[in-house]
Amino acid sequence: MIVRLMGEGQYELDKKHVDEVNKIDNNLVKIVNTGNEKDFKSEFKKLSDYVRKNGKKISDDVIKPSGIIIPPSDLTLEEAKKIFEGDGLFPD
Amino acid sequence: MGLIDRTSTIIQAKINKILGKFEDPRETLDYSYEKQVELLQNVKRGVAEVTTSKKRLELQKIKLEENIKKLDEQAREAIKAGREDLAKIALERKSASQAEIGSLTLQIADIKNQQDKLVATEKRLSAKIESFRSTKETIKAQYSAAEAQVKVTESVSGISEEMSDVGMAVQRARDKTENMKARASALDELVESGTLEDMTGGSQDDIDRELSKIKSKGDVDRQLEEMKKEMGK
Repeated sequence: MIVRLMGEGQYELDKKHVDEVNKIDNNLVKIVNTGNEKDFKSEFKKLSDYVRKNGKKISDDVIKPSGIIIPPSDLTLEEAKKIFEGDGLFPD
Repeated sequence: MGLIDRTSTIIQAKINKILGKFEDPRETLDYSYEKQVELLQNVKRGVAEVTTSKKRLELQKIKLEENIKKLDEQAREAIKAGREDLAKIALERKSASQAEIGSLTLQIADIKNQQDKLVATEKRLSAKIESFRSTKETIKAQYSAAEAQVKVTESVSGISEEMSDVGMAVQRARDKTENMKARASALDELVESGTLEDMTGGSQDDIDRELSKIKSKGDVDRQLEEMKKEMGK
């Protein structure tokens, strides 16, 4: 499966790793609701670290849509909230 | 819905908008290509803006360093002249300038980070655009409109996703640069006038300010004593 780390590029990630990605994503939803910035940063970092560690980088000249799109690794809690609320964070 | 699904949904909606814009998929290819070239220009402008902001901050840092030297000399002059009050003011300003240099150094590192990211983004997008251009020409030359549809959907989806990604990166870099510009303007005035009292920053609370005042006062008194001792006064 192709995974995009926004701001970095795309990775090919084996399907067996997707469960872990979803697990971290679920934790993130809970953390966004509690509003703890520090917890958010450390949990969110796990997500891109995991993909970088287990995935294989796809060359920059390959053009393919991704199955999973992960926001930039320095995303703030405030920005994460905006993603849940609307599409203001992604310009046309 | 998780953060990932939510992000994908928003970006997918944008992709669908582009895919649904034209009847003939070959027109979609041309339109998308135009947008990519526009976006690349935007990234280049972003790089230039960030670079300018960085230079400005670096220049301010140099000026503040010069100020510190000058204020130190002024303090010595003042002591020589028996004007301890003036020496104290100079040393207070020196201390404030030193604090400001600390925060400028952090900002310069932050903006350098933005600059590096945008330069990498520019490189990645250029590679994608080049690749898209050749795909586009192949599709247009070899396929009828109906046959082109499937191929267009994949490459336009892929490149549109990239464009959303790059668009967000440029937007975020710009926002950061804007914030720094505003701060740099405020600092310009203070560097010129030499009044640095208010530069303890907006995010500090009253206790922080009070503490930094006490610290600065201790620092100033200590320097004053040292200077006096050094000069045998």
